Amino acid sequence: MENIAEYILEGRKEEWRADLRKSMKAKERTSLERVMMPEQEPDVRNKNSIEVNLGITEEMAVAEAHRCLDCAQPTCTTGCPVGINIPAFIKKIETGDFLGAASVIKQTNALPAVCGRVCPQEKQCELNCFYTQKLNKPAIAIGHLERFTADYERNSGKMSIPKTAEPNKRKVAVVGSGPAGLAAAGDLAKFGYDVSVFEALHEIGGVLKYGIPEFRLPNEIVDVEIENMRKMGVKFRTDFIVGKTASFEDLRADGYEAFFVGSGAGLPRFMNIPGENYNGIFSSNEYLTRVNLMKAAHDDYDTPVLMGKNVAVIGGGNTAMDSVRTAKRLGADRAMIIYRRSMEEMPARVEEVHHAQDEGIEFMNLHNPVEYFADEKGRVNRMRVQKMELGEPDASGRRRPVPMEGEGSQFDIDVDLVIVAVGVSPNPIVPSSLKDLKMTDWGTIVVNKETMQSSIEDVFAGGDIVRGGATVILAMGDGRQAAAGIHKYMTEKVAVS
Amino acid sequence: MNKIIEKEFFSENVAKFVLEAPEIAKSRKAGHFVIVRLDEKGERIPLTISDGDSEKGTITLVVQRVGVTSARLLDMNAGDEILDVVGPLGHATHIENYGTVLCAGGGVGVAPMLPIIKALKAAGNKVISVLAGRTRELIILEDEVAAHSDEVIIMTDDGSYGKKGLVTAGMEEVIQREKVDKAVVIGPAIMMKFGSLTTKKYNIPTEVSLNTIMVDGTGMCGACRVSIGGKTKFVCVDGPEFDAFLVDWDEMMMRMGAYRTEEHQAFENYLQTVEIAK
Repeated sequence: MENIAEYILEGRKEEWRADLRKSMKAKERTSLERVMMPEQEPDVRNKNSIEVNLGITEEMAVAEAHRCLDCAQPTCTTGCPVGINIPAFIKKIETGDFLGAASVIKQTNALPAVCGRVCPQEKQCELNCFYTQKLNKPAIAIGHLERFTADYERNSGKMSIPKTAEPNKRKVAVVGSGPAGLAAAGDLAKFGYDVSVFEALHEIGGVLKYGIPEFRLPNEIVDVEIENMRKMGVKFRTDFIVGKTASFEDLRADGYEAFFVGSGAGLPRFMNIPGENYNGIFSSNEYLTRVNLMKAAHDDYDTPVLMGKNVAVIGGGNTAMDSVRTAKRLGADRAMIIYRRSMEEMPARVEEVHHAQDEGIEFMNLHNPVEYFADEKGRVNRMRVQKMELGEPDASGRRRPVPMEGEGSQFDIDVDLVIVAVGVSPNPIVPSSLKDLKMTDWGTIVVNKETMQSSIEDVFAGGDIVRGGATVILAMGDGRQAAAGIHKYMTEKVAVS
Repeated sequence: MNKIIEKEFFSENVAKFVLEAPEIAKSRKAGHFVIVRLDEKGERIPLTISDGDSEKGTITLVVQRVGVTSARLLDMNAGDEILDVVGPLGHATHIENYGTVLCAGGGVGVAPMLPIIKALKAAGNKVISVLAGRTRELIILEDEVAAHSDEVIIMTDDGSYGKKGLVTAGMEEVIQREKVDKAVVIGPAIMMKFGSLTTKKYNIPTEVSLNTIMVDGTGMCGACRVSIGGKTKFVCVDGPEFDAFLVDWDEMMMRMGAYRTEEHQAFENYLQTVEIAK
């Protein structure tokens, strides 16, 4: 990874790139308009589970690629946690070599179709784009182009399998099959290790399957990426909880020489306010798991889910947006976000907020729930909210929400379903099964930031179990970094012995 | 895939299953449970492990027909395969030599109680077991319990077997008679509530094993949350065993009824499909 800047600049010197730059004047390039992602109509899509974004066409992709200036010092790449060679893949698109573009992305990103859909590009690559930084114009649509490239390759029937080193027959275990685990497994397989991924649930993919809804990330797309990893030699084992089904010690005895723990932040937080355990009040994890993983809304599946006409979702992150838009699709008349800060501070991707607004989601910002009430059967039927205002900035740099005082600062809303999406805590199962593992006070695993190695030498970790709640792409970045750390550890281990 | 090795009916609606699950058989202890999903369209339900054989690589589950999934499972036979069995989950029972332990099991609650009885006996306790059920055919695992207990008292609501009366009457009888140092009560929620109210009168420390609604069983969803001493806890990762005196029973029973309408409807539909298949 340390040579990433060099590697990116090296490619820029190639003749075809130099010719391509000369083929159009910079002024012409910057005068082009940013591509618009075609979407399903809001009033149609808020009643189905089909993907909202329909994808851009080949012509649109080529036109958008023309906007990219192929900067001498590309700043966009500094914003990418997995170090994608962004100008190289965009310039491949400009020449019409879409499969070539895909192979550039896949050098450093195991899940391009996923990242093209769920990354917060406006805070990463696109934020650092020359257009955003210097021209005050909309950034190159890097996310849309990444998605286009991955989809083109998948639909071409010519998906390339990343090259793997000669198998070295040394076993490495990956704990958890979410984005961190998949990214680690992909890189470890490239290094030639015999990689097994252990997953607690019955499906591979972690949050990509149980959390992110079909209308934002179709399961089929995740499955194709997983199938590719199988072709690279990665083995998957479902229904297996490391630390429970078998201990780390058992796996060491079985020949595993190193572990990557990407077990996620699977412990939903609640607000601990009165009435929060009434029926009809879910964690977003439970609601989304029932709908996405267990397919509760399908008649022929056994798992039930409570339906609501007046649904309140508490929180302002991507999970809150996913939950509220799911509730709308399942027939809610009124689906609302209740968020204690203002629109400005909302952590969700900008695109998700826009999509939610278009779909008729109500936003009650600067409001916070304080109590829930229920009918005689214990089903929630009303909630009391507190009006908030923004005070001084807090530790996160965002202005702290403070309760307003005086008459009318609290009022009641009729609700029959409430989804609490105020964050997650690290899952305790893996850490509690390793008693010498150094943890923070928040229950996350302490790691060396360079190698992702924990206080136990053969255990590495990344993603939410280290960060305590972040994004798919940051988890993937950790997974890649840990794979490099494991490779170094394994190589040195042989050198010593 | 986990193959059913053996199936035995205890009564019309209760059966024992011995399943192939070699890794779980090796690592399971008293108090642990598994999550089971029968097939692709099935739901995930928690079932407490009642026995296991690490050499043969099997675990034993006792299942009562209460909803769609349990009904479907009871219609499966030796040789059939269950798609997903994951575990062992939850904390194992804390076992020590307390002195005299009163183990009260109601209905199928006797099944998860059995490994606890075995472990308590092996730890040197005097174990007095009270098995209770509505009627004679709902008393299960009597011989197995007797093999590891110093005394067994049977109670039936209708007096068709053992003594006539509720589980609490049997418990009172023991407590009145001798000093009891510890109690374990496992069964339906209402039985655990009244069982622990009985021991509370005499200040006997009491453990219960809760069987709430779960989805993943690994702490991820919070469907199983209960109030323990005024704090929200997850049965799957904080339990399933808790100090009985701290459990908010009314809240737990209210939460267990969350899907009553849906469950009822699904069960009716299932009975219809079975009827049509015949």
